[in-house]
Amino acid sequence: MKVLVPIKRVIDANIKIRVKSDSSAVELNNVKMAMNPFCEIAVEEAIRLREAGLVEEIILVTIGAPQCQETIRTGLAMGADRGVLVEADNDTEPLGVAKLIHAITLRENPRLVLLGKQAIDGDNNQTGQMLAGLLGWSIGSFISKLEVDGDNVNVVREVDGGLEKVALSLPAVATVDLRLNEPRYASLPNIMKAKKKPIDVLTPEELGVDVSRRTRVVNVEEPPGRDAGVQVSSAEELVDKLRNEAKVI
Amino acid sequence: MSILVIAEHDGKELRSGTLNTITAAGQIGSDISVLIAGNDCSSLSNTCATIDGVSQVLVVNDPMYQHDLPENLAPLIKSLANDYSHVLAPASTYGKNLLPRVAALLDVQQISDISAILSKDTFVRPIYAGNALATVQSNDAIKLITVRTTAFEAATIQGGSASVVEVPSIDCETLSTFLGEELTSTERPELTSASIIISGGRGMQSGENFSMLEQVADQLGAAVGASRAAVDAGYVPNDYQVGQTGKVVAPDLYIAVGISGAIQHLAGMKDSKVIVAINKDEEAPIFQIADYGWVTDLFSAMPALAAALDTDP
Repeated sequence: MKVLVPIKRVIDANIKIRVKSDSSAVELNNVKMAMNPFCEIAVEEAIRLREAGLVEEIILVTIGAPQCQETIRTGLAMGADRGVLVEADNDTEPLGVAKLIHAITLRENPRLVLLGKQAIDGDNNQTGQMLAGLLGWSIGSFISKLEVDGDNVNVVREVDGGLEKVALSLPAVATVDLRLNEPRYASLPNIMKAKKKPIDVLTPEELGVDVSRRTRVVNVEEPPGRDAGVQVSSAEELVDKLRNEAKVI
Repeated sequence: MSILVIAEHDGKELRSGTLNTITAAGQIGSDISVLIAGNDCSSLSNTCATIDGVSQVLVVNDPMYQHDLPENLAPLIKSLANDYSHVLAPASTYGKNLLPRVAALLDVQQISDISAILSKDTFVRPIYAGNALATVQSNDAIKLITVRTTAFEAATIQGGSASVVEVPSIDCETLSTFLGEELTSTERPELTSASIIISGGRGMQSGENFSMLEQVADQLGAAVGASRAAVDAGYVPNDYQVGQTGKVVAPDLYIAVGISGAIQHLAGMKDSKVIVAINKDEEAPIFQIADYGWVTDLFSAMPALAAALDTDP
């Protein structure tokens, strides 16, 4: 089967972000960008399914500025086969992104769409669930295990109370959580090979999708800071402070 | 303004975040309905009718709703949503799993994980692991919202006298099947509603060592949590995880033991009222946000803390 893996380019997870001085957004200029960590896990899972002989082709898709091709190349170097970039605003909302991926899904006809459960910039946690809704497909969200079982995929979901097992009839959408796998690093020969793999570039207009915004960001600001407090040097002192100063125990 | 709150429950009791979501609904408007979708929930719906501020309880009993499958629930909520200006759910794994699918069916851009309500269409939500707060205004006719439940008090289950109305289930194709669950059972309070939490990180070195935290937790009536590193290492189950992608907590007291304080962990606990950090590395970032820091080896500190708590105040 074919697997589609939508991915996103975000500020590198190790970078401390800054809010722009005009409070309009988070500063993206001259900041190190990388593939969203959850998306790497989705790419890795697709590659493992191919290595297990269950998948023939892995297609990456991303929505954003031309620079997002770099993120596709990263996924191609990990082992995906080809990419699709839909050139659109980097801040296209999750509903718009889901509609674009929906259109790509109808063109490419995968049996499984694997994507990260959230992007670490907007922290929305919506796109996969929306995509499944638009397609009328089953959804396994926040998965930490995936097994293909004939016409089903059986997934283990990480939920607030523990773990949940669900059988999804194919075609299906699954969003991946942190413990599904540990993504590989691309080797140098694979990075070279990835440069020759094809990337299609499309626009929302070509796909017939309206991605006009439904929400307006009024402002973005830094949260109130927290100051470092005092040091204690014994259990007795700590318990005394918690009882008599903070009064929380 | 008429607001529909999607209740999260296990058929017998509401999950705690539902009551906080009802409080958030009350900040938008006063006409609040609560949907209880499940199997055999009539007694629960009568309890919900007594929640302060709720005017109507909608109840639907059907085996297909028993396991919270979004493929089945989303068409039901879609069929009800047009009577409301707002549809709210807790930003738990339940709400996160369900509401975006409803939003897609209604062609609405959902607003996720709101931490404050500025007006009927304008909300504050954390982005970038809580390192920035975005104020967002929605133009959609129906607002679909998930609520960061630690940012709102819980509504009380008394004083209300809502009407209870049965609504029909909505037929849909079976796309997924619930196979089973492994839920962690504990006598301790639930992480997201506990007033005291003690969490362990990679510094705990093993799952067995968490018994030191459990002892202190039981002395304090606290819940036990963990950082991602401790969960990834297999010391404790996934539902212990506090952080950007785990649970968001805001207790009166948060004690971080052997946790360095990666931004992804801080995202899940930095709104706690009082933070204590116990770590042998004085450079650990957790100390930059702790009200009380104790640079020490946790393996001697935890028994000492247990002994100190045993003394009379």
